[in-house]
Amino acid sequence: MEYGVVIVSHVAEIAAGVKRLIEQVAKDVSVTTAGGLEDGGVGTDMARIMTAFEENKADKILAFYDLGSAKMNLEMAIEMSDKEVHLYDTALVESAYTAAALLQVNTKLEDVEKQLKELKVK
Amino acid sequence: MLNVEDVKKWMENFDNVIQEQRAYLSDLDTPIGDGDHGNNMARGMEAVMAAITDKDFADVPSIFKTIAMSLISKVGGASGPLYGTAFMEMAKIGNGDVKELIPAALAGIEKRGKAVPGEKTMVDVWTPASALVQKDALTVEGIDQAVESTKEMVATKGRASYVGDRSVGHIDPGAMSSGYLLKALLKAEG
Repeated sequence: MEYGVVIVSHVAEIAAGVKRLIEQVAKDVSVTTAGGLEDGGVGTDMARIMTAFEENKADKILAFYDLGSAKMNLEMAIEMSDKEVHLYDTALVESAYTAAALLQVNTKLEDVEKQLKELKVK
Repeated sequence: MLNVEDVKKWMENFDNVIQEQRAYLSDLDTPIGDGDHGNNMARGMEAVMAAITDKDFADVPSIFKTIAMSLISKVGGASGPLYGTAFMEMAKIGNGDVKELIPAALAGIEKRGKAVPGEKTMVDVWTPASALVQKDALTVEGIDQAVESTKEMVATKGRASYVGDRSVGHIDPGAMSSGYLLKALLKAEG
């Protein structure tokens, strides 16, 4: 599919849980995650976000995150990545789920973003 | 004008203070953050020291880049990207003139964290420091005063904003560690 989804959370289990949830409605959308730190600790890590971008099968990515510093690491990773990454300041679970469901049925990005707008929380 | 040796001395001074004040920084972070600032900074500075000690660098920008990458990959939390971007922007200056370096660091921190003065963040230390350094007036007292000024502010950015008014009365941990970094610079300049 043209677009993939990347989930970034401070906690590995949150990222993995959101992936598990959204894959129920989007079996063909590539979903990759960057959850927690390399040592299993709580936090986000630019290198792990880069890996999630690279491992994603799509060249265009919709990225969702949980808290503030995840956004900073995401922005740094975006500056360094060759992929086209769209970053949303939206409620993590609801917006990732919405986006994935819409992407599964080939919704245009513009229309996906219209729905995401209503889920902006930060 | 800083050279590579001065920057190494600067980082050594900063590392010493961070390791000494590790528990205090985490204590400052406990009522208003996630209680990890001291440990995060200590871990980051260990990585910085491992990457620069006994290593040769062609010029000041190259050592700044190495410091930036260590901080970005090892600090975690918001401080990693913020300090990392500060050093990355200082690397872009291309020389060791502190009158250009400190404003560049401030601009990097503002870009990454999108904070403005008065929000109880490290910006409240870097903003006055940047103004003072350009007048050759950056002193320990000036830095301490800026750090102290965050105490009565209400946090509206970062993790501390979740506790809102309850952040009043606590010095911002990022402001404190920024104060340590700037004082470590003064000490390295001698």
